[in-house]
Amino acid sequence: MITVQDLHKKFGDNQVLKGINCEVKEKEVVCVIGPSGSGKSTFLRCLNLLEDITSGDVIVDGYNLRDRATDINMIRTEVGMVFQQFNLFPHKTVIQNVMLAPRKVRKISAEEARKRGEALLVKVGLAEKADQYPAQLSGGQQQRVAIARALAMEPKLMLFDEPTSALDPELVGEVLEVMKQLAKEGMTMVVVTHEMGFAREVADRVLFMDEGIIMEENTPDVIFTNPASERTKNFLNKVL
Amino acid sequence: MFDFAQVIDFLPQLGKGLYYTLLISVIGLLIGFILGAIFGLGRISKNKFFFVISSIYVEVIRGTPVLVQAIWIFFALPIITQYNMDSVPAGIVVIAINSGAYIAEIVRGSVDSIDKGQMEAGRSLGLNKHQTMRYIIWPQAFKRMIPPLGNQFIISIKDTSLLSVILVPELMFQGRYIASNHFNAVEIYTTVALFYLVINFSLSLLLRYIERRLNY
Ligand SMILES: Nc1ncnc2c1ncn2[C@@H]1O[C@H](COP(=O)(O)OP(=O)(O)OP(=O)(O)O)[C@@H](O)[C@H]1O
Ligand SMILES: [Mg+2]
Repeated sequence: MITVQDLHKKFGDNQVLKGINCEVKEKEVVCVIGPSGSGKSTFLRCLNLLEDITSGDVIVDGYNLRDRATDINMIRTEVGMVFQQFNLFPHKTVIQNVMLAPRKVRKISAEEARKRGEALLVKVGLAEKADQYPAQLSGGQQQRVAIARALAMEPKLMLFDEPTSALDPELVGEVLEVMKQLAKEGMTMVVVTHEMGFAREVADRVLFMDEGIIMEENTPDVIFTNPASERTKNFLNKVL
Repeated sequence: MFDFAQVIDFLPQLGKGLYYTLLISVIGLLIGFILGAIFGLGRISKNKFFFVISSIYVEVIRGTPVLVQAIWIFFALPIITQYNMDSVPAGIVVIAINSGAYIAEIVRGSVDSIDKGQMEAGRSLGLNKHQTMRYIIWPQAFKRMIPPLGNQFIISIKDTSLLSVILVPELMFQGRYIASNHFNAVEIYTTVALFYLVINFSLSLLLRYIERRLNY
């Protein structure tokens, strides 16, 4: 589903990604962990070209993102993204947030979009909030709406950038629950997270990033109990 | 001493002035808004040419007094272009070009103030840049524009009184004409001031109402 080859990313003179290679297969759940500033968000954002790529190749669903012929808007419809800060549209109600892209990009009818949207809100447990505005919801509820909004495009792949980091501790669980459900249904997911419990339970594979490279990758069992690199060990000692 | 009753006799003439004041304000600000939207987007455009043109426009207008602009457009421009403009169209042009520059800054500031996560969220859903601007950024930016726009509208309406120097038969022009012929400066200029006050205060209330309606 995703192949990344020798991905480099610079911001000006700041070399942030220094040659990333990895592969994500269909239905796989990959968690990305690592210290702050190691380039996790940048890596994730390169996967749907929210950041342009300095060099290397990213191939998503068979399309090379650096190929001029690739229609990036089309790729993005296949790649859902969930942000740390939710980024809901504050001037639109919950259901309008969910319906907007299917209506304008997929050009489906309003009724069809509403029907789908309502089903997704049921799925994330927010059916009764459809006509409220984001500001009226808790952080956890907002993030669940953001997940529903991304799912409304029926993506083949979902990217999550620290989806629970902005939440009060008591609201983290409800969001992780929705993500677990998604994983169970076979969604392909790449999740940048500091929730080690989640990574351990849900991930098929964990990537440990440090200083712009993938230091180590393995099953959660190995990474969390018997990491190969000293860096990984140190990092886990600090966060666990 | 002061005879405000006599003002009634001059109401038709003041009314005519009011008509031109409103006409020039409404058309001028409408065009000004369009100019402001275009050049405001120019000021945040990645297109160098568009950006430079927009910046020059904004800086030239902001850096010169509206009175100078009016006199230049009415008396100097015709010499360059060999084309005489009537005073009313010239007045509309002055208000449009002047307000356009300030509105451009308002547009730029409002669009800039929308969190960049909004653009990213839109783009990540597959909306193109234009769709994201139209459905996500503009509606939010527009709401933020209303208070400063209202401010600019009021300033521009008051600026129309300067157009009397280029012989636009607006409210202030009529007031000066009457007062100098009938020696009733206190009564007439007080009435003229009240007219401006009523227009601008009504506008304030209207804008406050619109802003409340757009609440979310
Ligand atoms: N738009 C940008 N412009 C310039 N530098 C940036 C930009 N975005 C990120 N960086 C830099 O890139 C480096 C990696 O940032 P990134 O956000 O990818 O780290 P991260 O691993 O996600 O960290 P965190 O855990 O804090 O979210 C940092 O040094 C950061 O300052
Ligand atoms: Mg990050």
